[in-house]
Amino acid sequence: MPPGIPLAPPQASTFAPGVDHLFLFLLGVTGSVAILVFVLIFIFAVKYRRRSPDEVPPRVHETMFLEVAWIGIPFLLMLVMFGWGAEIYYEEFHPPPGSLEIFVVGKQWMWKLQHPEGKREIDELHVPVGRPVKLTMTSEDVIHDFFIPAFRIKKDVLPGRYSSLWFEATKTGTYHFFCSQYCGTNHSEMKGWVVVMNPAEYQQWLSGGAGGETMEQAGARLFQKLACTNCHRSDNSGRAPTLVGVYGRPVKLVDGSTVMADDAYIRESILRPAARVAAGYQPIMPTFQGQVNEESILQLIAYIKSLKIPESPERMKAAP
Amino acid sequence: MSTLSVEEPEQAESRVHYLNVHYGVKSWLLTTDHKRIALLYLASITLFFLVGGSAAVLIRMNLLTPTGLLVEPATYNKLFSIHGIVMVFFFLIPSIPAVLGNFLVPLMIGARDLAFPKLNLLSWYVYIVGGLFTLYAVIAGGVDTGWTFYAPYSSTYSNTHVMAAALGVFITGFSSILTGLNFIVTIHKMRAPGMTWFRLPLFIWAMYATSVIFILGTPVIGITILLIALERAAHLGIFNPALGGDPLLFQHLFWFYSHPAVYIMILPAMGVESELITCFSKKRIFGYSFVAMSSLAIALLGFLVWAHHMFVAGVSMYAGMVFSILSYLVAVPSSVKVFNWTATLYKGSISYEAPMLYGMGFIGLFSMGGVTGMFLASLGMDVHVHDTYFVIAHFHYIMVGGAVMAYLGGIHFWWPKISGRMYPEGWARFSALIIFLGFNLTFFPQYILGYLGMPRRYPVYPPEFQVLNVMSTAGASILGVGYLIPLIYLIWSMRYGPVASSNPWGAKGLEWQAPSPPPTDNFEETPVVTAQAYDYPSREVEVA
Repeated sequence: MPPGIPLAPPQASTFAPGVDHLFLFLLGVTGSVAILVFVLIFIFAVKYRRRSPDEVPPRVHETMFLEVAWIGIPFLLMLVMFGWGAEIYYEEFHPPPGSLEIFVVGKQWMWKLQHPEGKREIDELHVPVGRPVKLTMTSEDVIHDFFIPAFRIKKDVLPGRYSSLWFEATKTGTYHFFCSQYCGTNHSEMKGWVVVMNPAEYQQWLSGGAGGETMEQAGARLFQKLACTNCHRSDNSGRAPTLVGVYGRPVKLVDGSTVMADDAYIRESILRPAARVAAGYQPIMPTFQGQVNEESILQLIAYIKSLKIPESPERMKAAP
Repeated sequence: MSTLSVEEPEQAESRVHYLNVHYGVKSWLLTTDHKRIALLYLASITLFFLVGGSAAVLIRMNLLTPTGLLVEPATYNKLFSIHGIVMVFFFLIPSIPAVLGNFLVPLMIGARDLAFPKLNLLSWYVYIVGGLFTLYAVIAGGVDTGWTFYAPYSSTYSNTHVMAAALGVFITGFSSILTGLNFIVTIHKMRAPGMTWFRLPLFIWAMYATSVIFILGTPVIGITILLIALERAAHLGIFNPALGGDPLLFQHLFWFYSHPAVYIMILPAMGVESELITCFSKKRIFGYSFVAMSSLAIALLGFLVWAHHMFVAGVSMYAGMVFSILSYLVAVPSSVKVFNWTATLYKGSISYEAPMLYGMGFIGLFSMGGVTGMFLASLGMDVHVHDTYFVIAHFHYIMVGGAVMAYLGGIHFWWPKISGRMYPEGWARFSALIIFLGFNLTFFPQYILGYLGMPRRYPVYPPEFQVLNVMSTAGASILGVGYLIPLIYLIWSMRYGPVASSNPWGAKGLEWQAPSPPPTDNFEETPVVTAQAYDYPSREVEVA
């Protein structure tokens, strides 16, 4: 390999060293088996080359032992490859509690990101080093994919649902992110930079510039503006259930089943309210499809998430 | 050393055989002779190979510079889409089954033709109609969905000629189903006396397994494409969430066919490989029953691994784990074949005519593709390299390094039988060598590109990936020349090649008992089989 060609992307997340170790393991094991086969073929090819046209080769007796060995041994090795890969995959599905949440919306052909504190950015993602970050992602149109090679992670970003991705950056710096699911004409332009900063710099970046409105506040404003409050009253006196304390709890539905009030359920209830109606209520809510975009929905969810059951009666009056 | 034989020259010139029995376009377009239909397929898939190959040349040229050397991204997207659609559905899937399979299945089992000769001709016409739809899509302005047609991009967002291209794929699927049906019935019912199941050449086992996939898998891609058409034309909400559909449903349905389709491409190649290795080492295959059964195992297990294309698509963690371990399971029968081929060489009498060089190249490239599949089946690894050039390199090693090498090896091996002429050996060896070298230079750098994180389907890429891309393009130009040389000398040899004997390689197998080229009815009298496959003479030696 000529000098100057990198052989691996930078290692900048807690996953990266593990994935690279797995890569070296796979390379070592499969490489050894392949080289063994190639060397045998080479030796046979030279040693047993035909020396005269009427040569008659000796009979070779087949042994069951060989067949069993070359079925069994590779399979045992494969079980290790499976287990190791599955372990990493398991971790990638389990963000640590208390991760910093950042929201990602993909659309043809740009990435829109918002931080809970209100900071919004396009095709750039600023994160602090050494802190787990969880991305909650959705798409406004086709399927995209958020891929950060330096972190060794990616996940498809689908329309109509939330997917999530988490990482903990280990090194400050600027790293590529790409859309890696083909999404149309300018697919290859749908990329950007992850900027990993020291926590102090990150805080400074968060508070810098315009904005000022957190996602929660933006959601509260929307909740008023869209007149959600007319029915979803905090004291449960409206024609719709109160949303105070609903987030993360089971909701009884008219058909007797229950559903967890998570991001997906809230999103569905805004866009297709009749899909799963809470028990005891009429399906009278209009759809907000077309009135709210994915970013607004995320803000509404952030607001609903913040509506905790108050500890004291005074605060109840303050809640909507 | 060569066993080329120029004996019996009077035979081919004066004798009536399937090529000179009738003349004229009509005698070809209305033929029901499986050998003539094989040649119709040979000509048509070669044309499609040239279409798909030209697209590949433009793709590689464009990637010479990070900003795209030749074309706009929209055009680039159409190029890789047509490259994929044409190469997968109109070249690779019909390649070995429809050309070599059609020619050889009756000959190898001692039959006069396939069970349903008219159906066989219909298969070709269906294939051509499907191909015309797809070519229309290209000429009318192209299609930009990729060969994977992922929804909702294909069903709602793309404003290119998706319907025509998809309809082409839909129609050509019936051709596969009919061919599969024909092969299965033929292999069951028309074997010559004494040709028991375990005396069948391994190529026949491979064709049988492939036909099973044709019949079980192809209807699913047909249905999937119909659903796309319904959503596109009638706005039925099937895949697009904005209409109430589920985009992952599309991927499940698509890969339920398209993963087994990979085995449609590689199983026949493995069948060819078993014929080449045994003939050119004068040995019975090591572990006949293991090689035969591994074909069936691949065909069946191949239906249980589709979601390994979806590890990062949004399937659950447990689904990922189940499909990961199933993917390792299907790797076992493939590796069994490689080990058995290697063991077949042991103490053989190995000679290196061009078909064997292609055969050796196949083992090398297929193994490289196979072991990198081990990387992709490992979940944590796949998450990083999924949808990158690592995957591109992996499946080109299997489908081009594996399937196309074996196809070319098979074409050279049976060329004397097909054309009655020998190809020029020196040129053939030379082209085998430069295809092998060109292939590796093209695709090996792509493994590194993928690990570095270069996503697939990118006309514009970060400048640090340029050196590897230039290497890959350089390799592709060598590879392209490598593919053109056989095209030229094979056509040349049809007229000017030395006349071939009925069995120039001294091979076993019923097809070599028929004259070269065979008469329309293949055998003057029905052969009776009394020996196992690959019954090459061997001497008993004292075991120390």
